[in-house]
This record gives sequence, structure tokens and C-alpha cells, in this order.
Amino acid sequence: MRYLPHTPDEIQAMLQTVGVKEINDLFASIPASKRCASPLALPEALSEVDLRNTLRDLSRKNAHGEDWISFLGGGAYSHYIPSAVPALTSRGEFLTSYTPYQPEVAQGTLQAIYEYQTMVAEILGLEIANASNYDVSTGVAEAVLMALRVTEKKRVFVARSLHPEYREVLQTYLKNQDAEIREIPFTPEGTLDRDFLKKEVNQDAACVVAGYPNFFGVVEDLSDVAALIHQHEGLFITATSEALSLGIFQSPGEMGADIAVAEGQSLGVPISFGGPFLGFFATKRAFIRNLPGRLVGETVDKSGQRGFVLTLATREQHIRRERATSNICTNVSLCALSSAITMALWGKEGYRELSDLNFQLSETAKTRLGKISGIKLKFSGTTFNEFVLRSERPPPQILEQLQSQKILGGIALGRWYPELKDSWLFCITEMNQQDHLDKYVEALQGILT
Amino acid sequence: MKNGNLTRSGIQFEEPLLFENSTPGRKGCSFPTWKGKKHDIPPALARRQPARLPEISEPEVIRHYTRLSQWNFSIDTNFYPLGSCTMKYNPRLNEEVARYTGFAHVHPLQPQETVQGCLQLMYELERYLAEISGLSAVTLQPAAGAHGELTGILIMQAYLQSKGEKRRKILIPDSAHGTNPATAAFGGFEVVQIRTGRDGILTPEVLREYMKPDVAGLMLTNPNTLGLFERQILEVTGIVHEGGGLVYGDGANMNALMGKAKPGDLGIDILHFNLHKTFTTPHGGGGPGAGPVAVKKFLEPFLPVPRINMLPGGGAASAGGGPASGWSGAPTYALDFDQAQSIGRVRAFFGNFGMLVRAYTYIREMGPDGLQRASELAVLNANYIKARLLPHYHLPFGEGTLHEAVFSDKKQKDFHVSTLDIAKRLIDYGYHPPTIYFPLIVFGALMIEPTETETKSTLDQFCDAMIAIAQEAQTDPEKLQKAPHLSGHRRLDEAKAARELKVRYQF
Repeated sequence: MRYLPHTPDEIQAMLQTVGVKEINDLFASIPASKRCASPLALPEALSEVDLRNTLRDLSRKNAHGEDWISFLGGGAYSHYIPSAVPALTSRGEFLTSYTPYQPEVAQGTLQAIYEYQTMVAEILGLEIANASNYDVSTGVAEAVLMALRVTEKKRVFVARSLHPEYREVLQTYLKNQDAEIREIPFTPEGTLDRDFLKKEVNQDAACVVAGYPNFFGVVEDLSDVAALIHQHEGLFITATSEALSLGIFQSPGEMGADIAVAEGQSLGVPISFGGPFLGFFATKRAFIRNLPGRLVGETVDKSGQRGFVLTLATREQHIRRERATSNICTNVSLCALSSAITMALWGKEGYRELSDLNFQLSETAKTRLGKISGIKLKFSGTTFNEFVLRSERPPPQILEQLQSQKILGGIALGRWYPELKDSWLFCITEMNQQDHLDKYVEALQGILT
Repeated sequence: MKNGNLTRSGIQFEEPLLFENSTPGRKGCSFPTWKGKKHDIPPALARRQPARLPEISEPEVIRHYTRLSQWNFSIDTNFYPLGSCTMKYNPRLNEEVARYTGFAHVHPLQPQETVQGCLQLMYELERYLAEISGLSAVTLQPAAGAHGELTGILIMQAYLQSKGEKRRKILIPDSAHGTNPATAAFGGFEVVQIRTGRDGILTPEVLREYMKPDVAGLMLTNPNTLGLFERQILEVTGIVHEGGGLVYGDGANMNALMGKAKPGDLGIDILHFNLHKTFTTPHGGGGPGAGPVAVKKFLEPFLPVPRINMLPGGGAASAGGGPASGWSGAPTYALDFDQAQSIGRVRAFFGNFGMLVRAYTYIREMGPDGLQRASELAVLNANYIKARLLPHYHLPFGEGTLHEAVFSDKKQKDFHVSTLDIAKRLIDYGYHPPTIYFPLIVFGALMIEPTETETKSTLDQFCDAMIAIAQEAQTDPEKLQKAPHLSGHRRLDEAKAARELKVRYQF
């Protein structure tokens, strides 16, 4: 067993020091009737080489990038991860350290998170950010809980155009809270229904939660929504699935968001069947004591040298126990590190540049796909790198036919939106090579004629 | 900031913040140039203030983070006896496997027949965890241990509601992790703390006092945070069940029990695992983790959706075998989104899949005998440390130590040396400090968990250091009070950080 170093002689010597005859004597406190009588019913151990082959075979049962062309987005995006990212994050000093409870021997992680907090706050256009949440879906739920604490109100307005799975998670989180969810409809442009908001939002509203861009890829100016909820002393929360969009589109902070959460996966974290991901969480400084999760702050050591520590632990579970702002214990530090390295490599200009490239790609795709007979764009609003297509032919049929040509052609929306049974979500990024779109257009034309 | 090229000690270097190293016009990336027609975004939607990300070249980024990494203590550099965190070796094969393109580049919303490999891995991992815990059904969705706790508490809540019962209280021993009360409160319960008995375990007598009709259940860590097996567990779980409540098991300490005892057999109804503790997924400086939850059969309907089912006639594709043609053949596994009593989703998609791949790989590496041996040796290692340090440090609860031992600074207090001083002095000897001041019921706790992957000689060197420190406490207490002396940073002023709250760089 290559991970277990003990030799029989060492075990004997250790048992002697401990003062017992055999290892089983150390388990005497387990009731005899409940000790495992037989070995666990698990597959027998594999050698390293057999194990590698077994896992390789298993991974090949999945369709993936090498042979397939993918146009899937919907909250998980394929973007180029610079080689420097895995090279650095696989360093054992990052990979195999734990939460920096002892700051004198964890300055690497602490400084990296402090820099991460700064870059996330910059991207979201807000004053401060925490050390990360699990992902944006749980980030949305934590943001709403925070709004309920801050406003001491109960009504939560959530956009129907927010990612359906984020809404499901929010529902789960609010189940045992004294809160009420109201759904904001979307317009034919794919934007928030302002008439509804004007009519329904009043003093009882704790917050408005909107996708930005929303699940349909639509980007809109939400400054007026922020102003409306502020008038009624509630908070404005934005949830961004595609953080790359903020390289060119106005930041949530610029629109007046009080809390902005975003999925950081696009920035250096592999899709990996949906996790681990990375929840960006930013807010105004005034709310710092209500933040969920870990936070790194600057200080000095005894000799006056600058250093960093976990701070404001008085909000957290290990100090406040049942009165904590959240039960979050760890963050997703290694994913935060991946994104920090990616942001550092991209830099101010690279972030804008890649964001713009994605916009150009999707605008071009929009033009070309919109010209195919039998296909229409569902929404007229501005979009980032994904948008909704519509056809008379049922999308599941179309997508299945594309699949037979090894094209993952999009995400049918009928599963979540009965009113969008005729629609699917299409996404294109810099990972799609130039001929991918040609192939898609050609395949669609073939299917629809 | 000091000169950026100054060495800190030997080959460790000073390193300024990214933002202090930024030079306008520099960058560390290259993207394809857009040659097509240029589309403009509506001016009203355009970003006005660009994100002030640093402007640095790739070699500088590499050097920056390499230097930062060298300021970190890690399992790879030395023994990390952080109690309750199970800092065992993180196998490199697991890292490699998780990066296979067939895992790392699979999209969560792909059609099910194109992700049969992922579903098979998850289905089998669920079965393995069910077998290890002696429970029936498992969800892999929770993203961390605390997230698993939340899932478990919501399941408890939903079950009681389905029976039309309104029970408002959760019992939690005073030795529990802080996440337990925080989670219970989050689930809408009132937390009632119950006291640990004199020998460090929960006693039926005390529990009976608290087990009233308004009690929904008990959250119990076993072995508990003192490293002790709850010897009266059968009576304890019996009392809760008789009173109509459920028993939630915090599986943080499963590393002591694999193949030795199954929580399900002990009366636990719901249990979360920490894959980053017991099953070797790397701690990564504080996550990502994964916190699967296992339940008894009668609670299965309440698990989060989607569930993974094996289709009738499935099972022919045995563990990990079969050719690489799964996507084109008839699917064996299917997702089930439709469970009327489910608590719903706790996370988008399917959980921290990348961590599941690592844990699966570890279990297949170890097999049933290897896992059992791991628990045995983890317990042997902890008992060995306990035996060697017992003459030098006070051990408040001594009977029946399993995977970790909790000492205190009681003996050193006489010399005005505290747990914090001992912890910081360990850094000078090259060790990460143990978990300190936890559990709360031990004043000045020093919680040491060695894990099974450490050699006897490593443990001996560590014990020698601890013993040397105990002697220093008597002869040169000031040396301890001012420790660490050899780390890149001296003790950091945490009060100043909390007072000033500088949580980002000011441009």
C-alpha cells in the first residue's frame, strides 16, 4: 500500500510504546456487537497502472472537446486556461495546505486571496469582496439571506430570467426562513418587466435579484431597477453567470448593485461537469459585518512587516456558532487562486480584449444563424456570448440530430420554461475554432431543409 | 514596501503585491485577433471604469506565485498535525486523473447519454460511500462539509414536516464544530447545547434530560472532537429515536472508522462525509471540498435532486470497465429530477465533480483492506503521539483515543506559557501547529491528528520537538512567548486587522 508507510517492526515498536498488544485493542471503545465483522464490500485495490487505465476508460465514456464541437453555455463556459494556471496551482505548497489559520506559515495563500479580493471587487465594481463562495448558485442564496438580515424585510423579488438552477437553490435555502419569493416576468426583449416591478415593488421588498447577463444571455442596463428598489429601502442584487462579460459591459457596481455575485468559473477554472466552481461575492463596505464567508485583511507583524490574516471572524461559525452570518467554513481557495492567476495574466487590457472577442464571435454567429430559414432569434435585447434561438421544429429533435454529427448544439429551454418549448440557448466562445460555426450552420441548414 | 529583490531568508524572497508590480502596457496573455466585422455595444451598456487588474508579463506572474507558494506550509513540505482536518497525503494520481479531458472538459448540461462515464463514476461512488457508512442512499451534491450539514438538516426538517410534526429544537453537544449550531440555526432550528460527560463523551443520563417532544434530533460527531468514540452511542441513538427524533452524524472524523464500524449500524440516520478529509482530495488552501450526505432508506425520498439511477438492465458495465463507446450505446445511468418529497437543489449542477473523481480514485486505489488499514494506522499514530507526549502535556480526557488526541496547556500555564505560544514555537521547529483552542470544552486545547500517512520517524521527530518545547517552557518561557522566530513573518497583529479592515488594495 504505497500511501501507508508502516513496516511490521515499526508497528510492533509503536504498539509497545502505546502499551497494547494489537491494533484492534485500540478500538475497544466500539461496542463489540457493532464492529465490522467482514471486510467492506468494495472493489479490490488496483495497482497504479491499472487504476490509471480504469479511470482513463471511464473518462472516455463521456463526449468531450477533442472529438466534439460544443456550443453549450448556460452557466458553465469553456474558455482557454493559460498553461501557467495549472502549473502554479498544482504546486504542493498551494495544493496541500489548509485554510490559513496560522498566518505566519500561510502568507502565500493569504496574500494571494487578498489580491483575489481586490481583483473581484474591481471586476464587479464594488468596494469589497470575500474570499469566495462555493459557486454563484449558493452565492445568490447567501446574498438574499444577507439582504434579509440587512433590511429586516421578507419579500424577495427574483427574475424569472435568472438561471433556473440558481432559483431552485434559492428556494431550498429559503424553505425554513421567514421569507416570500415573488417572480419577475421577462419581456419579449428578454429584459426585466419594468411595469411589473413598478407595480409590485414597495416598502415590503427586501431585495430584487436579477441575472446580469441573464440566463438568455441578455445584457440590459439595470440602473433604473436599482433606483426603484433603493427608493423602497431594499437592496439590489445581481447574479452573473459569465464573469467574462464584465470586461466590456458596465459593472454591477456602476449600475447601483448593493451585492454582486458571479460565477468565476470562466476565469481559469475547468468546467469539470459543473464543479468545483467559484462564487465571486462583492458588496459595499457598509455591509462588511454582514458578509458571509472568509475574509482576508492586511496587518503587520511584531517587527512591523506587512502581512495578511483571516479577519472579522466574529461573523463566522467557529466564533458565533448559531448566530453566525453563514455556516460556511472553508471557501474554494484553490479555484480562487486559479482565477487570480488568470486575472493577473489577462491583466487590465487582456480581460477587456477577451471579453470583446467573445462578443464579436457571438454577434457574428447571431447574424449568420438568424439568416437560416426556419430559425429566428427569440429575444431582441443585447447579448454577450450566448443567445436564444427559436424554431418551429422542436429543439430536442434538432439538437439530437446535431448530436449525431458530434455537435453539442445548445440547451433546450422547455425543461425549465414551458413558454420557451420552441427555443434553445446557443453559446460561442474563443474555444470554438473558426470552422465550428461553419459546421453548425451547415448542419442546421441540412436538418431544417 | 521593501526592495522587491531582497531575500527574506536564504532562498525565500520578498514579494510585493501584484498591483505594486504592475507596469502600464504589460500583459501576460495572447488571444486570437478579431479579423471580422467589428460590432459595437450600445454605449449605455458599456463599462465606464475598467477593472484595474495588474499589468504583468507571464514570467513575472510565474515568479510572483512561485514566491508566494514558498511562504506556505503544506503537507508536501512537512507534517501538518492539524486536528480535525485530517491532513493526509494527497495522491498525485488523483490530480492527474481529474484533469483527463473526458472529466475536466465535460459540460454539466450535456445530454445524459454523452456523460455516462461521469454518471457511472458518481453512481459507484454513492454505492461505495453507502457501504462505508452502512447507510442506504447518498447525494454527492453538497460542495463542502458545512454544505452537507445544511443538506442533512433540511432533510431532517422535510422528514418531520412530512409527518406533520413541528419540532423546533436540535441538540448539539458542547464539543461540536461551530458549523453544527450555525447550520441548525440556518435550517430554522433552535439550538440546545448539551454538556459532555466527565469522561469526554455524551451520557444517556444527560441526554434524557434534554430529549423532549419538541426535539427534532441530535447532531453528533463520532468519534467526537476529543478523538473519543462515543461509547454509549447505542443508548444515545436509542433515546433520540424513542423520543421521535433523528440522529445526524457529522462525519468529519470518519478517518477513524473505515471498515471498523459503520455509522448506520450505530443508529445514525443522516451522515455527511468530508471527502477532503477522509478521502484525500486536496485542501487547496481552504477548499474546494465536497460533502456528500448518506441517509437511511426512509429518508431517501428527501435527498436533493437530481438523483442518479441505474436503468433496468443496467449494471452490465461493471466498475470502470468497458470500452470507450458509452455515449453511443444505450445509456446505463439516468438522472431523475422528479422527486416529489425532495428538499430540492442545494447547488447548481451536480456538486464538486472534480473532487468526486479524486475520492473515487482513492477508494479504488485502497480497496476494502486498504481503507480499513488506513483507519487502523491513523488510530495507531494518534495513540503513539499520545503515549509519547503524556508525560509532558496535560491530557484532560484520556480514555479510548482514536484518530486524534487533545492536550492542553495546563502544565505550561505555571510558567506563563499558553497554547498559542506552544503552537507558534512549533513553527520554529518546522511544524504546522495543531488545531488550537478547539474543542471549546478543553481550555487551551492542542488538538493533534497525525493521520496514517506519516512515518514513525516523522512522529518521533515531532514528539521530540513538542517535548523540547515543554522543557523550554520551564527554562526559557520568553522564547515561546515571542515565537515564531524563524518564519518569514513574526506574530501578526490580528486585532489591528479587525479594527482597520483593510480587505483590498487601495489604488
